[in-house]
Amino acid sequence: MRANAESILEVRDLVKHFPLTQGVVVKRQIGAIKAVDGVSFDLHRGETLGVVGESGCGKSTLAKLLMALERPTSGSVRVNGKDITAARGAELKRMRRNIQMVMQDPYTSLNPRMTVGDIVGEPFEIHSDVVPKEGRRRRVQELLEVVGLNPDHINRYPHQFSGGQRQRIGIARGLALQPEIIICDEPVSALDVSIQAQVMNLLERLQNEFDLAYIFIAHDLSVVRHISDRVAVMYLGKIVELGSDAEIYDAPTHPYTQALLSAVPVPDPDGRDRRQRIILQGDPPSPANPPSGCHFRTRCWKAQDICAEQTPALEVRPGSDHPSACHFAEARDVVNAQ
Amino acid sequence: MTEVLSEQTGRGAHSGALLEVDNLHVEFRTRAGVAKAVNGVTYSVDAGETLAVLGESGSGKSVTAQTIMGILDMPPGKITGGEIRFRGVDLLKLPEDQRRKIRGESVSMIFQDALSSLNPVFPVGWQIAEMFRMHRGSSRSDAKKKAVELMDRVRIPAAKDRVNDFPHQFSGGMRQRIMIAMAIALDPEILIADEPTTALDVTVQAQIMGLLAELQRDSNMGLILITHDLGVVADVADKIAVMYGGRIVENAPVHDLYKTPAHPYSKGLLESIPRVDQKGQELYAIKGLPPNLLEMPPGCAFHPRCPYRRDNCVTEVPPLYTISGTRGSACHYWREVIDEGER
Ligand SMILES: Nc1ncnc2c1ncn2[C@@H]1O[C@H](COP(=O)(O)OP(=O)(O)OP(=O)(O)O)[C@@H](O)[C@H]1O
Ligand SMILES: Nc1ncnc2c1ncn2[C@@H]1O[C@H](COP(=O)(O)OP(=O)(O)O)[C@@H](O)[C@H]1O
Ligand code: SF4
Ligand code: SF4
Ligand SMILES: [Mg+2]
Ligand SMILES: [Mg+2]
Repeated sequence: MRANAESILEVRDLVKHFPLTQGVVVKRQIGAIKAVDGVSFDLHRGETLGVVGESGCGKSTLAKLLMALERPTSGSVRVNGKDITAARGAELKRMRRNIQMVMQDPYTSLNPRMTVGDIVGEPFEIHSDVVPKEGRRRRVQELLEVVGLNPDHINRYPHQFSGGQRQRIGIARGLALQPEIIICDEPVSALDVSIQAQVMNLLERLQNEFDLAYIFIAHDLSVVRHISDRVAVMYLGKIVELGSDAEIYDAPTHPYTQALLSAVPVPDPDGRDRRQRIILQGDPPSPANPPSGCHFRTRCWKAQDICAEQTPALEVRPGSDHPSACHFAEARDVVNAQ
Repeated sequence: MTEVLSEQTGRGAHSGALLEVDNLHVEFRTRAGVAKAVNGVTYSVDAGETLAVLGESGSGKSVTAQTIMGILDMPPGKITGGEIRFRGVDLLKLPEDQRRKIRGESVSMIFQDALSSLNPVFPVGWQIAEMFRMHRGSSRSDAKKKAVELMDRVRIPAAKDRVNDFPHQFSGGMRQRIMIAMAIALDPEILIADEPTTALDVTVQAQIMGLLAELQRDSNMGLILITHDLGVVADVADKIAVMYGGRIVENAPVHDLYKTPAHPYSKGLLESIPRVDQKGQELYAIKGLPPNLLEMPPGCAFHPRCPYRRDNCVTEVPPLYTISGTRGSACHYWREVIDEGER
């Protein structure tokens, strides 16, 4: 999992605003949902970048932008130096080969009428030059074996597999075109605890074997910590803090990160009465109408006048060595604090 | 509370816990065969106590809860054995009208999916008020006033202005609060919460769990919290019942279970939690898959996945062995598991 510093993905000022329309016959745009609102980061070869944040903060939209399944409103996504958002036609097709995705829901993301062999082999139909037709069945069986499924089950249908096994089918398909980057959107969230560990181990083994880089989106913060080299914390379409797993978990500087971490229940009953909790009030505001200045200010206990006036940039601030988007960033260990 | 029961038992006269599930068996008859969803579940909860029922999906947690509440789908479901005693009286043997009264008022339940449990075509305030009109015969205006009070109590901001809003106008966390408001409306003695926060963000989960704990403290309710989250359990439970393949495989006070699990399945679950000091290492993973209820493995249902298995595990169903007055394990080799388990 050791990451070398070569960037294979460079994301700059990425913005996706969905138009908010009114009227049935004549649609008028009355605003925009700012799903992704200025996101920048790099992903290095062989590295895992975890992405965490509350529901609706823009994680899946970000994933779709990186895959070029959505067109951004503005900004760029460079894959090995080339901007995928500007690519079209054959070039886009070729670039997409390099970024694959594993989805959250192993029950709905696989076509129930296709056999496992067809599902895993489908990318070869689209990119027919990768493996010659005669070799495909064999290659699919190899892929099944790589993810720990029985290659003899190639003719079975998804409903004949458990959730964990279906997730393996999704992973085998993601590996088919030998991508350098795999985006995992909540890959283990729908799985039982005892099966989660199996799939996590598989993802780590494949990363080492094929030098894959992962974007790992999840809401389980202990799972993210286990697998990630670096972690990005998102709030209302923006990254508010970005650092190594130890920086984010042991010395978070953004109040939102601190609240998020302190809300995670610790699986150890010892000392539970002494544990400090930062309980945020209310829900995140609507991304159609985010607060001025710092988006977090309506739930932040440290907010001052300046927070409504100036948007804090994501930058390294005094007293810390990783970037944070808070005017008053200050390290605080909320996980080990008692 | 129900006069019915006070008449029959004298309030608090019996010696057991407030609610006791005793050797409950439930099956589903389906086209594919008979699914033994609940195969001898025994647990109990007292006033002011929190029992966490822990287990993976399909282990029978919800079916047990639905049977307690009398909302099991019958058919295909069928209760084939056991008792559910409230204040010592077996609910399964009570006449329908008395049973319904207890289940509506003294024992209530909140569900995982608040959106589909609320009626989309009625305002939430009306739905809460309906509880008072139906069960207490309150007047329309009185019931509405109480609904606003309850919405306040579960911290819906500006409750008075939102009482006429519809479910879809609330966020997931707020809908779950509305469900809680309905569940506590009639001051139940037992509240069953079936995965109340599974669909919610951790920040909202913390709000909801805090709210439940506070309500429980105020009214001394017994709480049955059904979950698969080992973190939530560690945070709030007094005692734990671990379910696997429709059975309780271990029960224990919370500290004992986390410190020295007495069943290989509970032990495996605890070991598969990612820990900070194990970063970069392979996670411990329980091998194999949960059992198929249509063809349960013979002997101990966990044996195909168990690292402690011996020959007799394949043939002899382990009873729930008593370890102490408050602990039990359905494993022939629980001693070995405990001895090895000092973590
Ligand atoms: N096609 C679309 N049209 C309009 N709004 C959209 C669209 N897709 C997403 N959104 C909105 O953009 C915001 C971000 O959504 P997104 O799915 O990226 O969230 P997320 O972080 O993945 O959340 P979750 O944790 O629930 O999966 C939400 O407010 C969502 O409702
Ligand atoms: N109405 C039903 N008909 C048939 N099978 C059912 C029905 N309800 C539940 N089951 C089965 O009973 C078993 C236990 O389910 P459940 O109690 O919901 O599990 P959980 O522990 O996840 O709450 C599962 O195998 C489930 O498929
Ligand atoms: S910038 Fe202000 S409102 Fe935003 S997180 Fe920092 S202190 Fe809170
Ligand atoms: S009875 Fe045997 S198979 Fe079952 S849990 Fe104990 S050791 Fe394992
Ligand atoms: Mg998403
Ligand atoms: Mg359930």
